Amino acid sequence: MIEIDNVHKSFGELEVIKGVSLSVNKGEVVSIIGGSGSGKSTLLMCINGLESIKSGSIRVDGTEVHARDTDINKLRQKIGIVFQQWNAFPHLTVLENVMLAPRTVLGKSKAEAEALAVKQLTHVGLADKLKVFPGKLSGGQQQRMAIARALAMSPDYMLFDEATSALDPQLVGEVLDTMRMLAEDGMTMILVTHEIRFARDVSDRVAFFRNGLVHEIGTPDQVIGNPQRAETADFLKSVS
Amino acid sequence: MFDYNFHWRAAFKALPDMLGGAWVTFETAALSMILGVLIALALTFMRQGNIRVLRGFAATWISIARNTPSLFQIYILYFGLGSFGLHVSSWAALLAGITINNAGYLAENFRGGLKAVPDTQLRAARSLGMSAPQAYRLIVIPQLLRIVFYPLTNQMVWAVLMTSLGVVVGLNNDLTGITQDYNSKTFRTFEFFAIAAVLYYLIAKLIVVVARLLSWRLFRY
Amino acid sequence: MMITSFTWNDLLFMLDGAKVTILLTLAAMLIGTLAGVVFGLLRALLPVLSLPLAWVLDVFRSVPLLIQFVLFNSLKSIMGLNWSAFTVACVVLGIYVSAYCSEIVRSGVLSVPPNLRRASRSLGLSYWKDLRHIVLPMAMRVAFPGWLNLVLSVMKDTSLVMWIGIVELLRASQTIVTRIQEPLLVLCIAGLIYYVMSLVVARLGARLETRWQEND
Repeated sequence: MIEIDNVHKSFGELEVIKGVSLSVNKGEVVSIIGGSGSGKSTLLMCINGLESIKSGSIRVDGTEVHARDTDINKLRQKIGIVFQQWNAFPHLTVLENVMLAPRTVLGKSKAEAEALAVKQLTHVGLADKLKVFPGKLSGGQQQRMAIARALAMSPDYMLFDEATSALDPQLVGEVLDTMRMLAEDGMTMILVTHEIRFARDVSDRVAFFRNGLVHEIGTPDQVIGNPQRAETADFLKSVS
Repeated sequence: MFDYNFHWRAAFKALPDMLGGAWVTFETAALSMILGVLIALALTFMRQGNIRVLRGFAATWISIARNTPSLFQIYILYFGLGSFGLHVSSWAALLAGITINNAGYLAENFRGGLKAVPDTQLRAARSLGMSAPQAYRLIVIPQLLRIVFYPLTNQMVWAVLMTSLGVVVGLNNDLTGITQDYNSKTFRTFEFFAIAAVLYYLIAKLIVVVARLLSWRLFRY
Repeated sequence: MMITSFTWNDLLFMLDGAKVTILLTLAAMLIGTLAGVVFGLLRALLPVLSLPLAWVLDVFRSVPLLIQFVLFNSLKSIMGLNWSAFTVACVVLGIYVSAYCSEIVRSGVLSVPPNLRRASRSLGLSYWKDLRHIVLPMAMRVAFPGWLNLVLSVMKDTSLVMWIGIVELLRASQTIVTRIQEPLLVLCIAGLIYYVMSLVVARLGARLETRWQEND
């Protein structure tokens, strides 16, 4: 499980995470909703060590992420992350994009890595785009490739940082479908998302973030269907 | 290891002369830049224009300037024109050579710069009723200037360094020319040229500093 | 009927000089690019620590190449080294190229979007693996046009080595001119040779660039 314990984080003078505690169990899907600047994306980046924390702790399967002697590269193999801007490697084909980490980090042979990549790409519906360069794909296709790329490392946890926010509306559906499929397969996921309906559908729990803190947390029916705090209700009204 | 007596005294005594040479160097480079910019502007507009002959002329000029060595260009002006009975002084050949080169490279920079000024700017200016020359003068060129300022500065530094080639065709009153004079008289090559090197470095740095100050004042938006 | 005293041998002599030009360019680019990549990486990845390096390299970009040749040549004599003028030229040009190349490499590396590095680090790639598989290939593509310009530029700068006694293309032309007194003809032929060499390099470079472009 992922244990986030009283984490504080600042960017210079500005404190963006003001004491967040959250636990995510194996197999759970937790959605984080909230306005921009509330610290949601930053929290995700802290989980896999891309951002540092000022105080508190984040433990993944018992290993403290921000301890000095933690092998962060090894830890990142367990945590997959999909960014808002997919970040495809432009100089590699779709297949090579997905094969790169299994080959260079996990040490798999070319044949093994290729088979693995083909499997993941087929799973996300890109079997016919293997030898294409990402620049020729739509945003939705690139994002699905990014998901396959993260999955190829067989992570235990998947983090999604507003994975559909940068997509044209008609492409959002295909990516959400892929994410839904993952959730149904039992992947432990933390999603930062603006898609409230989707969050309600697939999550086990929803957390509403406001001003660097977890303002309200509960089941989707509780938080989205029957919000207890005024600010939560206001937020939901403003995005619907 | 150093079985050599450095005679720095003699070199330092020559400093005033060398500074005089440095001034000639700077003047020559500055002149070549002014002329070069004017010619480059003309070349740029020739290339944008509709007259085929002018377009070809501009393209050829730029092509030759960029694909042949500067020393070669100076040579051909100095020796080549001589065979037509036109006797060019070393200084004139140097100036012409550097200017031609400058114009070629600057024209390329201007072309890139023009592409970077969105033509919506031109459209807006024309919609307000400005004529084409007005629009270019008041709107396009000022913006162009800001974009090409850095390459312009680089080109000026390059021009200063290039003036050293004058010595190959016999120029003897720029910094390198004077240094070479002293060198052939005293054979203290290292000392004199080392000081010349320091002077060139200082001139180059000075230009960059002044340019930075200028750009800060000119482009405050 | 003799229109010119320019003989076939003269042309061969000039082509020999052109060969020296090409050799010098190759040597300079080899030394300079290797050093330039190392320096450029240092400058991009450790900007503050490598500041002294930046200052030193800047000196080589702010002093005329001609003076660098003369200084180095006389320094070699002072130090009693038994190097040929050709070696001196290679060293000077190599350092000169590395100074410019380091800037080109540095801006290439800095142009790689940090988001891409985040993505590859998130996949578990170590700092060095990320550098090798993601940053360097991308930096290379960005840096290529600048590097190609450097090649063309060095090829032209080799003409300065005549001053330290090496017979490259321009010097060869000069020798012939002294003999047959037809400067315009000889120099035009030299110019043509320079032009052709330049075009060949530019054409090869463009071909490489389009091959990369259609992939990305």
